[in-house]
Amino acid sequence: MAEIVQEEGHKGKGKRKAKKHGTHIDMTPMVDLACLLLTFFMLTTAFNKPKVMEIILPEKPKDNTPPPELDKNRALNIILVDNNKILWYVGMAEPGKALAEADYSKEGIRKVLLQRNKELFSSISKMKKDLIVGKLKLSTDSVEGRMKRFYKADKSGPIVLIKAADGVKYRNVVDIIDEMAITNIARYSLVDINPVEKMMVQNHLGSKPSVTAIK
Amino acid sequence: MGKIKIAVKTPRIDMTPMVDLFFLLLVFFILTATFRPEEAAPIKTPMSTSQTPIPDSHLVTVMISKDDKVFFNVDNGTDSTEHIRANVLQAMGSNYKIKFTPKEIKKFVGLASFGLPITKFKDFLNAPDQKTREAMQVGIPIDSLDNQLTMWIRFARTYNNDMVFALKGDGDANYPVVKKVIAILGDNNVYKFNLTTDLKAVELPSEFIIK
Repeated sequence: MAEIVQEEGHKGKGKRKAKKHGTHIDMTPMVDLACLLLTFFMLTTAFNKPKVMEIILPEKPKDNTPPPELDKNRALNIILVDNNKILWYVGMAEPGKALAEADYSKEGIRKVLLQRNKELFSSISKMKKDLIVGKLKLSTDSVEGRMKRFYKADKSGPIVLIKAADGVKYRNVVDIIDEMAITNIARYSLVDINPVEKMMVQNHLGSKPSVTAIK
Repeated sequence: MGKIKIAVKTPRIDMTPMVDLFFLLLVFFILTATFRPEEAAPIKTPMSTSQTPIPDSHLVTVMISKDDKVFFNVDNGTDSTEHIRANVLQAMGSNYKIKFTPKEIKKFVGLASFGLPITKFKDFLNAPDQKTREAMQVGIPIDSLDNQLTMWIRFARTYNNDMVFALKGDGDANYPVVKKVIAILGDNNVYKFNLTTDLKAVELPSEFIIK
């Protein structure tokens, strides 16, 4: 009861509320810390995960089964040599056969491959285009399946044999396998270079001395 | 003349929204952070146009550095109950008649890639710091007399047959070494594997671009 009386007394004299101070907490250290942690996590986060390129190699033959016969006209032999150069020829290796030269640029080996694989490449890129435009609606799995069917049905595209001479870096091999993926080559394989081809390379580079030879 | 003084007050900026934002970002980054493990050697992977991301777990990585040293890594599975690393190390130890203590195994589980002969492993795991460990990484022997890489691959496979294999080579690594590693993978019946690369854009000669 006494309290009520007191309050009434206050009212009479007018309001005299004690000034309420909002308790001010200095946030600066906290902000500093948050900022520091933020910077740390931003710098340590690896956003772009590395990508992978799947490669399936043929199994080793169990017994002495002869290697599968190749259509001579479809066999495209790519020989990687040092100084980021590519030499290529079509058909079987013969001593004295001339080699064509190319590089890893888009006008280099890619053009060669695309010209030979035009049919398959254009049908696959048409499908991709239809997918983007929305003419064709497929799930990711069925797109892959369709690609595989295209690859299997391929009867005219080149069969690429990739061979690496001495002094080739891993980068070159990855680049050429990537070219196969870009140009939608259905059949390719990594094989060892044979002695005849070694001679062909030597003949070719001998007539036109390579950069290392000049040095 | 008396001047009217205006009391200069330092303007108070309300930091609350900023702090809110900071914490939001902080929480986001903490949750998305995957720490880069202590790698045995810096490897600059070549570029490709492939867009498939690397799988998260059950990944066996064989690394080839610029100076043609071979390193190996196997992850610990989707969670810590699988004990892949511990099992692989123990299998490897028993094959080479080296007994690892639980403390050494625990240390091994916490590390990432490595590249040294199994005979030096005890010293490696008991090394006081990272610098000492780095100096010991001389590469895993891959020659036919003492092919330890094939054993590592075999034990990783015997433990779990679904392991995905990745070959992470430096762009400047020499191809013969890579070829040898691919042959070793083939010896273990691994014919399907992934080449780790960085992304680059596809460029086509103008006449092949379909409009």
